[in-house]
This record gives sequence, structure tokens and C-alpha cells, in this order.
Amino acid sequence: MLRYILARIAMMVPTLFVISVLVFTIIQLPPGDYFESYVQELQMLGEPADLQEIALLKEHYHFDDPMPLQYLHWVTGMLHGDFGYSFEYRMPVREVVGDRLWLTIMVSTVTIVFTWLLAFPIGVYSATHQYSWGDYGLTLLGLIGLAIPNFMLAIILMYFANVWFGLSIGHLMDVKYLNQPMSWDKLHSILAHLWIPVVIIGTAGTAGMARRLRANLLDELGKQYVTTARAKGLSPGRVVAKYPLRLALNFFVADIGSVLPQIISGAEITAIILSLETTGPMLIRALQCQDMYLAGSFLMFLAFLTVIGVLVSDIALSLLDPRVRLQGRRG
Amino acid sequence: MTAPTDTPMQPGPLPAPGAAPGHFVSPDPFDPEAEAPGLAGSLGTAVGGQASQLRIMWIKFRRHRLALISAVFLIVMYATLLITEFLAPYRLEDHDYTAIYAPPQQVHLFHDGSFVGPFVYGQSVTLDMVRLKRVYADDRSDVQKIRFFCHGAPYRMLGLIPGDLHLLCPAEGGRFNLLGTDRLGRDILSRILYAARVSLTIGLLGTFVAFSLGILIGGIAGYRGGWFDVAMQRTIEVIQSIPSIPLWMALAAIIPLTWSPIFVYLGITVILGMLDWTGQARAVRSKLFSLREEDYVLAAELMGARPRRIIWRHLLPGFMSHLIASASLSVPGMILGETALTFLGLGLRPPITSWGILLTEARGINIIALYPWLLWPMVPVVLVILAFNFFGDGLRDAADPLR
Repeated sequence: MLRYILARIAMMVPTLFVISVLVFTIIQLPPGDYFESYVQELQMLGEPADLQEIALLKEHYHFDDPMPLQYLHWVTGMLHGDFGYSFEYRMPVREVVGDRLWLTIMVSTVTIVFTWLLAFPIGVYSATHQYSWGDYGLTLLGLIGLAIPNFMLAIILMYFANVWFGLSIGHLMDVKYLNQPMSWDKLHSILAHLWIPVVIIGTAGTAGMARRLRANLLDELGKQYVTTARAKGLSPGRVVAKYPLRLALNFFVADIGSVLPQIISGAEITAIILSLETTGPMLIRALQCQDMYLAGSFLMFLAFLTVIGVLVSDIALSLLDPRVRLQGRRG
Repeated sequence: MTAPTDTPMQPGPLPAPGAAPGHFVSPDPFDPEAEAPGLAGSLGTAVGGQASQLRIMWIKFRRHRLALISAVFLIVMYATLLITEFLAPYRLEDHDYTAIYAPPQQVHLFHDGSFVGPFVYGQSVTLDMVRLKRVYADDRSDVQKIRFFCHGAPYRMLGLIPGDLHLLCPAEGGRFNLLGTDRLGRDILSRILYAARVSLTIGLLGTFVAFSLGILIGGIAGYRGGWFDVAMQRTIEVIQSIPSIPLWMALAAIIPLTWSPIFVYLGITVILGMLDWTGQARAVRSKLFSLREEDYVLAAELMGARPRRIIWRHLLPGFMSHLIASASLSVPGMILGETALTFLGLGLRPPITSWGILLTEARGINIIALYPWLLWPMVPVVLVILAFNFFGDGLRDAADPLR
């Protein structure tokens, strides 16, 4: 078991390396850099640009070095916990990001749990009641959830949450708690606001997951051992719960790998619409004004979150399913 | 082999216990072409025993009622793209400053108890200074008959053929906004129709890019194997592990603001396609892995066929239908991707009009509260995406030889 986990963690290293190269290339692709546009902007406003300070910053962050060297500086910095400097906010990236990371992780985790809690019964019901009205209705509902763009759903839900429940529009907490240290009241406020983004982000993932669970469970239910169990007189509930459900559960845990990127994507968009205090709005701002260290760190962080999520699901799967574990031992 | 019912096939009375059973030969002529029972049988009946691959797919697809309806709907939608100028009552650039944020007009048939044919009432505007809103009220004396097949504003069909015929026009000097107008007094219905051109084609083009890349890269990896295969597998894993929207955002941020709208359109298409090829490439690769062990591939190799010929001539046709079916399932993702990117301000920009642009204009909270008809563009988006999902599902089931 330990060997499997270690091997699995070792595999993460090359993956993260390739991701970091990719992210670095992407954030370097736009022509020019932050300082060029910054100086231009200042000149347009007729203000003197502090060229000396810029030259200092440029030198400190190795802007004139060749690309591979710049990459090396960036990566080694990250390994030491130094994520670079946000030129837009004039602060180290780490301080800018601050709480946002934890809020992002919280929103994503709660969304996953929500997706699971919803998708599991729906999938099981649809599979055991195949081609019934309930099955069709749930499938259609899920598809509609899939078809409505996340951001429109966000706006509409936000409006009705305000009209019906009097929740403040936007943000992950009541406005008075912004920039306040964590307290019970703040936590309470966050929890009261959390459900909107969670429902919005969860809808798309739930539909896909329930559909895949239904297909998997149907495959299992068609097998002969189920017929045998039924012929021997087991009650329908027991027949499903005894084996098919357990096998489908394995798949359910493994499926997190495909749901997680989707959830994080959805979280980004929804966060921008609802102006949540997560990474989304900041990422788009950083991308637009070429604040490369901030954007790069965000992208890296989101990818890292996904990789970790997949790792956790793989480990959970290996606990559930001995076949996966044994494969790891052989490799 | 079942015998016709009018000649009873009775092997005689049962033999006595212990005695040897009698010998029975059916007198019916043996017909080797006759149908076999089961699904294959019913397929065989439909086409006289031998059905081509496409034919079988069509027959299976036809059974999937919802998929068939979706296919018809999509064909109609794409067909309207060719004659948008004729269908839309107004042109894309037409605006009317006297009818800003006008609500949808209802079509009536009877006026004062007598039949006049389809018409709308004219609307009068008053300003509500409290809510800062224009309030429109039907003017019951102003009957504006809708004209059909009328000559209206001149246009160039697809930018080429000049014409001025419209399916529907407002009455002379009147106004006809079936779905209301926006902040510049532009007709929402006309804008939805024009925007369909961009949104529907971007999905297809993006899928085409992804499809070509997937077949090319997956094909090489699946046939060659070796280091290329390993490298491809790793790359795909990495790409799939990065959440797509942030990655799209990062790539879309690269497109310079100075580009002309048509280049931005192409750029967005390529970006959408570039990240979606991974699934296709995986499918191609795994199919090739299983197919290249087949005897007929060995035979072709022994005859001296080169890899390219083997892939294109012998392997790809074997699972092309399956690939196309799964590709059709990725179109809705692209359409949604475009709306999302545009909404974030990283995608298309006016004057190009797409569904994403229309939805972006409906983003404010006050719009939902005061001008909910600006949300109409959601309806075609949802319908098209549902249709593509059903259509793709049906196509995939039909292309699956095992069902």
C-alpha cells in the first residue's frame, strides 16, 4: 500500500514539471510585458514614470535574461515558497493571494461533496428504474443543467436569492466581513452565502456524474450474477446493494479525476460573476494586465489542486479496489 | 428455419417409450438467404438481407426518436444560417432610438371583434422617473399589420447576393419587435438570428480542428507506438489535468486587441479546438492498438502497403463513424466555451455578434429585474446544446456495432 502511494506521488513530479513549463510558456506568449504597458499607460496620462524603479524591478526579476533562465528562476523560487511579485498590487504574490486559496479550496471541496450527494442517488435511481418516467425526468433535468451556461445560471440565481431570501448580491460573505479576520460570525456568513456558488457549479458536474454512474451500474446489473442472485430470491434492494453498487462505487471515486477540472473551471467563471473572494476574479485581472507572476502562480495552483485531487481519488480507489493496489505493486 | 403456417409440420405422434424416434425431414425448400431471428433479422428485412454500414446506422438511428427530432432541429437551425438576411425582420446594424428597451410585442389576430390577420399594436412611451425606466403601453387605436414576403431594407445575402425580400416586415412606418429591443433599440429576434451564424459555426469549426488534431496525433501514436506514444500519453494527461476555463482564458488573453474581428473569431476557434483534441486522440489510439493486430492489416503489410495507406485505407474507415459520433458530442462544449469566454471579455468582441455577446449584454442584475426579455438568447443556446447532446447520443448508439 505504502509503495503504491509513494509510486503514485513520484509520478506527480514529471506531471507538475510539464505543467509548469506549459504555464510558463502561456504566460510569456503575449507580446510585451507588464512594464511596457505600464510605462505606456503612464505616458498616456502624462505622468512621469519612475524608470529607475522599473529598471531595478526588471533586474531583480531577471526580465532581460533568456527564457529558460527566467523559467528556472521562477520554478526554483516557487520551490522555496517564493511565488514572485505582483506588479499590479505591488506586493509579493503570496500576500496578494492570502485567504483566497483557502476559500477556493473550500468552495471546490463543498461542491464536490454536493455533487456526490446529489449524483449518487440520482444515478442509482435512474439505473434501477431504467426507462421509467423518473429516469427520463431526472436525465432531462440534468441535461438542462448542463445546457444552461454557468454564468447565466449564476446571475439568475443571484437575483432570486436576493428577492426571496434577502441575501446580499455577490461575494462569499456579508460585505462587512470583508478584510476582517476569521471569526464565528464571519464563518456563519460564509456558510450562508456558500450554497449559491455550490449549486451553480455543482449542476453541470452532477449531470455528467449521474449519467456515468447510471451507465456503469446498468452494465453491472446486466451481468449474470445479478440474475442468479435474483433467481435465488434476494430482495431487489439487497441485490443492488450487495455487489453492483460496490463496483459502481469504485468508478465513482475514480471519476473525481474527470469532475475536478470541470468543477474548478466552473468555480472560476462563477466566482468572476458573483465576485467571490476566490482566485477567479484575480486571475482574469492578472491575465488581462500581464501581471505574469500572479497569473502564473494562479494557473500553477489550480493545476496543482487538480493533480492533488486526482491523487487523493487514486489513493482512495486503491483502498477500495485491491486490483489497483496489486497493479501498483507489480509496476 | 420456420415453416409457413399453412403447411403444418407435424413429425407424427410421439414414439412409444423406449422405441427409437422416427426420422423426420422438413419438406420445405432450404433458403440460405432467409432472415435470421433477432435484431439482425429485422435489419435484414428492411434492406433485403444485405445492408451497408451507413444503412444499418441509419436504421438504428431512426429508432432513437429524440435523436431524430434533434437531428431535424439542428439541420433546420443550420439551414437558417444561409438565409438569415431573409428571415430576420431587421438588419444587424438597424437601430431605433425611439424604441429603447421596448418589451416584446404580442401578435394579435382580432381587433375590435373583427378579424384583421396578424398585427401588433403600436406602443407609446412614457418615462418612469422613479425607476428610471421607459414604460411602454399598447396604443389600442394603432393597428400595425405585419407584412409577409415584403420588400424592406436592402441587404447582401451572405455578403454576396443583393436583395431586399424579407419574410416578415413591420407595417409602413411601424415597428415589429417580437422579442423586444435592447439598449440601442435593436431587434432582439434579428440579433439572435444573426448571432447564430457565429455561434453555430464556431462549434463546428472548433470540433473540426480538434478532430483533425486528434486523428493525426492519435493515429501516429497508435500506429507507431514507442516514444511518441509515451510522450503523447503524458502530454494528454497533463492537458486534461489543467482546468479548461483558466487555460482558455490564458490562451485567449494572448490574442492581441488590435486583431480584426474575423481573426479573433478564427483565433478563438483554434483555442477551443486545441484543448479538446485529447479525448479524440485517446480514442483513436486505443482503437488503432486493437485493430492493428487484425489479420487483414498483416495481409496489407505483407503486400507492401505503407503505413499511411494502411491507416487511411484499412484502419480509419473501421471506426470513423464512432469518432464522428463522439465528435458531435463535443460541439456543445465549444458553443458554451465561446459564450463563457466572450462573457469574461476574453472572447469575441462587437461588432461580431454571437450568442455569447448577446448574453454579455444581459449580464446586469437590473436587466433581469427590468428587461427580462434580453434573456431570450438563452433559449436557442439551451435548445441547441440539448439537441446536440441527444443527437450525439443517438449517433453513438447507432455507430456501436455491438448493439
